[in-house]
Amino acid sequence: MLEPAAAQDKRIAIEARGIVKQFGEGPSALRALDNVSVAIRENEFFTLLGPSGCGKTTLLRMIAGFEYPTEGAILLHGEDIAGLPPFKRPINTVFQSYALFPHLSVWENVAFGLQMLGRPSAQIGPRVAEMLRLVHMEDLAQRRTDQISGGQAQRVALARALAPAPKVLLLDEPLSALDYKLRKEMQIELKRMQSETGITFVFVTHDQEEALTMSDRIAVMSKGKVLQIGSPWDIYDKPAERFVADFIGETNFLTAAMVGIEGGMARVRLRSGIEIPATIAEGYTPGAQATIVVRPEHARAVKTGGQLAGKVENVVYFGTDTHIYIVLDEGGPFMVRQQNSRSQSCGFEVGDRVGIDIAADAAQVLRD
Amino acid sequence: MASAADVARQEEGRKIRSRWLLSAPALVIVFIAAIGPLLVMLAYSFMAKADYGDVKFGQFSLDGWFSVILQRDIFDDTLTLADAHLSIVWRSIRLSVITTFATLALGFPTAYFIATRPRHTREVWVFLVTIPFWTNLLIRTFAMQQVIRNEGILNSLLIWLGVIKEPLQIMYTDWAILFGMVYVYLPLMVLPLYASLEKLDFRLIEAGYDLYAGRLAVLRRIILPLVKPGIVAGSILVFIPSLGAYVIPRVLGGGKNLMLGNLIELQFGAGRNWPLGAALSITLMALVMVAMLFYVRNAARSGGGHG
Repeated sequence: MLEPAAAQDKRIAIEARGIVKQFGEGPSALRALDNVSVAIRENEFFTLLGPSGCGKTTLLRMIAGFEYPTEGAILLHGEDIAGLPPFKRPINTVFQSYALFPHLSVWENVAFGLQMLGRPSAQIGPRVAEMLRLVHMEDLAQRRTDQISGGQAQRVALARALAPAPKVLLLDEPLSALDYKLRKEMQIELKRMQSETGITFVFVTHDQEEALTMSDRIAVMSKGKVLQIGSPWDIYDKPAERFVADFIGETNFLTAAMVGIEGGMARVRLRSGIEIPATIAEGYTPGAQATIVVRPEHARAVKTGGQLAGKVENVVYFGTDTHIYIVLDEGGPFMVRQQNSRSQSCGFEVGDRVGIDIAADAAQVLRD
Repeated sequence: MASAADVARQEEGRKIRSRWLLSAPALVIVFIAAIGPLLVMLAYSFMAKADYGDVKFGQFSLDGWFSVILQRDIFDDTLTLADAHLSIVWRSIRLSVITTFATLALGFPTAYFIATRPRHTREVWVFLVTIPFWTNLLIRTFAMQQVIRNEGILNSLLIWLGVIKEPLQIMYTDWAILFGMVYVYLPLMVLPLYASLEKLDFRLIEAGYDLYAGRLAVLRRIILPLVKPGIVAGSILVFIPSLGAYVIPRVLGGGKNLMLGNLIELQFGAGRNWPLGAALSITLMALVMVAMLFYVRNAARSGGGHG
């Protein structure tokens, strides 16, 4: 799985190495980023995911050049660019507010970067036309920016940032201002553009669903730290920490006792006394007690048997599936998500006794 | 029999009449305070002058208007261009234009500085800019005299520093008028510029930097076009009073360096030529209106602009 170090380095487009960003001095100083290291590969759709205030936008602004790190280096293809102003970096940004120039037309907005780079106008014309075609805005080229809708403004902002063919494109929550349907469309559009242009995308969002559906890899951030970097599958199914498991998707946390480790798999004893196997968060050696996580769709509610037992507290029908909220006999909540079928209901009602059958590969031991 | 349509029409007519009635006080004030005096002035400019000031009523004469640009030789009655008047008009326009550009050059960084402060400190800076307005113009002008006269603060300082040996003669030159006007009219430039810059979305500047525009390009291609309404408004606010300045050239320019305001005052005073004074006043107004037309055309072209 691991490649030789040299080959791996070659494929890194942009890297943040040991980044510390401190606002203010002394005891009141705010650490927006605390020793953050991220290596983003070429042609990758990379997402910085976290709640607001976690430092993801600060990191993005640092890559763009609007902020300078207190410590650490930003490397573009191995070259430190931390000291370069934004206009000397071959990196463009799609801003959250779009920041289209209100005194220029759609066409002039898209042409701006190329003009500033001093490209001859014989090149600018076709390039702008190409970009407008890419975002389906060729008919509105002469419009003023206050005469287009939010979704169109978003497309123009994208075309403007892509026109100079940057090495890396930064996107700062670009879809947050759009309504649900438009956002879904743009997610697919963005993926298409990324694969068509072959540009590395660094995408910032607080929307875990957006991150899971669009990204090649995700870095989950909290309080200025990167907690886990991995593919959407890694992040969802093998969360390393409680925060990651909790922030992404719905989760059941259980306290369990460690029984033993065998071939990278742990055996844990649940409070009900039953032992189950569990995977272990990467690079973690658990102690006597452990927190394990089970996703609601990896467990089934059963009439008899199962590793856990409890009482049905609530049943919520969601169309595609049903959520069954259970209070465990040993205390604490547990939620099971079951796919619906047309022929029958989930078979449980509030107050029923219920057993929980956890799938064999469902449990993961979290880092504490 | 009145049809329904007639009744409706009468009702409409009554409404219109009552609207006029309600706006009558405002119209009266506008007429008495603004249009009336202008008409008097216009009438005076077309009358013959009386010997000790005033005009000969009802006696039509174009002498006043002739004298604005022409002068009659006292010996042989030949007409020549009135160089004195024209040089004063030229000085007024030239000094006003320079004042406008100088206040813009000083006012833009000032306004930019204020607009980029945190919100609560901005108010303090704006307040400081308006403080000079609390003092009478005459007093501020005399204070300026204190700074630039031969034994004044500026010359003493420069001599003490060894930059110059002899005091610079600034008083009673065009420079003195220029210093005075720039000092007095600077706030009129700063305030509209600040109003425009404050509304400027600074994220657009970041977007400019992101798209390979250096500092100068961002200023030229993004900031200036967006604050143009403020620049035009400030320029108008400075240019118009500069053109008609009276106190400043009178105190700082002495007797030799007249501007239009002083020339007009002279006609109504010692010159005893009210028709000429009236004609000069209307000339001054025409110059201002040309400047305003320029402004309106500019504002129309930028489509109302942002600000």
